[in-house]
Amino acid sequence: MNIAICLKQVPGTTAVKIDPQTNTLVRQGIESVMNPFDAYALEEGVRLREKQGGRVTAITMGPPQAEAMLRQAISLGADDAILLSDRAFAGADTLATAYTLAAAIRKLGQCDLVICGRQTIDGDTGQVGPEMAEMLDLPFVSYVSRIEEIAGGHMRAQRMIEEGHESVEMPLPAVITVTKEINTPRLPSLRGIARSKSAQVPVWTAQELGVDTGKVGLAGSATRVVKIFFPQRERKGEVLQGEAEAQVECLLGKLKSGGLI
Amino acid sequence: MDYFLSEQQKTIKDLARQIAEEKALPVRAELDEREEFPRDLMRELAGADMFRVFVPEEYEGLGGGCLELSLVIEELSRVCSSVAISYAASALGCFTLMDYGSDAQKRKFLPDIAAGTRLAAFALTEPGAGSDASAIRTTATKVDGGYVLNGTKQFITNGGEAEIYTVICLTDKAKGPRGASAILVEKDTPGFTFGKKERKLGIRASATRELVFRDCFVPEENLIGRPGAGFIQAMRLFDRSRPGIGAQALGLAQGALEAAVDYTRQRVQFGQPLISLPVVQDILGDMATQIEAARALIYAAARMVDSGVKNVTEVSAMAKVFASDMAMKVTTEAVQICGGAGYMRDYPVEKMMRDAKITQIYEGSNQVLRNAIAIEVRKRKGRTQ
Repeated sequence: MNIAICLKQVPGTTAVKIDPQTNTLVRQGIESVMNPFDAYALEEGVRLREKQGGRVTAITMGPPQAEAMLRQAISLGADDAILLSDRAFAGADTLATAYTLAAAIRKLGQCDLVICGRQTIDGDTGQVGPEMAEMLDLPFVSYVSRIEEIAGGHMRAQRMIEEGHESVEMPLPAVITVTKEINTPRLPSLRGIARSKSAQVPVWTAQELGVDTGKVGLAGSATRVVKIFFPQRERKGEVLQGEAEAQVECLLGKLKSGGLI
Repeated sequence: MDYFLSEQQKTIKDLARQIAEEKALPVRAELDEREEFPRDLMRELAGADMFRVFVPEEYEGLGGGCLELSLVIEELSRVCSSVAISYAASALGCFTLMDYGSDAQKRKFLPDIAAGTRLAAFALTEPGAGSDASAIRTTATKVDGGYVLNGTKQFITNGGEAEIYTVICLTDKAKGPRGASAILVEKDTPGFTFGKKERKLGIRASATRELVFRDCFVPEENLIGRPGAGFIQAMRLFDRSRPGIGAQALGLAQGALEAAVDYTRQRVQFGQPLISLPVVQDILGDMATQIEAARALIYAAARMVDSGVKNVTEVSAMAKVFASDMAMKVTTEAVQICGGAGYMRDYPVEKMMRDAKITQIYEGSNQVLRNAIAIEVRKRKGRTQ
């Protein structure tokens, strides 16, 4: 069973700042890490490979420094890694990202399952997985918390829904996104680390992917980030005076007039 | 201090630290309280290839030596000494096989030990043979096709948990220690059972148990090396394993220092953090110095062992004696400066102090080892080499 894992390098902190001029994340001086949800996707892929054989290929679209994360993926059990990197890919929204990743998966060929994390912790949209499935014309299940069975070209998976779980069966190949309930990602192994240091990580450019340059990067993005800002938070404190009863009356009045109760 | 570790050694040390902090730290107190063997942690260590560190490459290992092993033990012990010693005991249990075993024996046992799917253990101590190891009485009587073992081994680390045991027993009773041999015994061999599990002061999550042999037949092919060499093999084994016990003591002391610094920075008395008091600084400064001295000695001893020089008895004993006495002192001081809090089980230092004591006792009591050092000192007339 051949499995592709889509990964993203994200800022290793939740305290990111936004450049007010360019409306983009200030990434300078902030360590980049593998998107935490993607670590679960990778782990699930490696576990399936250990049970069923085949190969696990880690793919990311990103700048040259994203290679470090791909090597980390190899240390965690991926067999191969491919970096999709080209200036033309810069500024991609989820649509252009999904288009580029889908092209890479087509080029890879022989892929039985594509696994993504449920969402990234920087963009937080959760759109790339489903968009990519649509472009590849493959069945898609989101929020998978358990793979119950893979047999006879079919997969049965449990997905999380608001009220509980849903069991879904689908033919393979397919695309899924996984939640952190699905497994506990392993730590790297010494052999994995050794392999990750010597592994070749090929870089596929727009030309090698044979993509329409109008559909990648900023040019291929259907959305534009016009402005990013932190909402103004105002805190107004008020100390009520007087007898306890009077304070309660006053508080109730304020809450009612504020439409809070 | 920079010890000029290689990239590979740094990688091993860092990964061991990561496992210790992420996997052992959250459970160490509970494992200690329940005296529960850290089975899950052994699995984590196996998954990270830590059991491969001390096994040669041709048997699925990574070909590391005493230094690499000591680095792993140090990092694990910094967080939990029980985990460290359960891991290290597997190395101890297969060193004799690695050094004196046949290729066929190594092929049979080492790949599983390297993968961590089977733990090993070493069995020498008996009720009547502790420091006087030559007093062992467990016999292995030669019969057609193998040996029949009878006797009891005591205080065996990983007893009951390990799958493969290197047992020192008398194949020729009349010759005494010169009639001792090392024999591999697998768990579930008929006639091989386990006695009581010991309840200990420290390293409580590690398994310490009796091995009982009653007419236990072991095939001839399980004899390691030649018959009669068992005692010498065991002594050589300890020469190479003692820096590892030093590393266990070192890790413990390092962990205790960090906990003590952490506590004294936060604890305010007399209007200032404890760490600002000269009396506390005096103790911390001494702790740190002692730890670093032990580290330098242990790494140097481990490198000497790995260099293949013939006689490492003295340096290896020095590393173990110095580090274990240091760890007892440092952990006791750590409890002292953490005061009432340090004495409580909610803080880690009391466990470290309990865990430290065994390092002065096992793999050669410090008194026996000082004696061994003195013999070497006498031989070289006290001069440096």
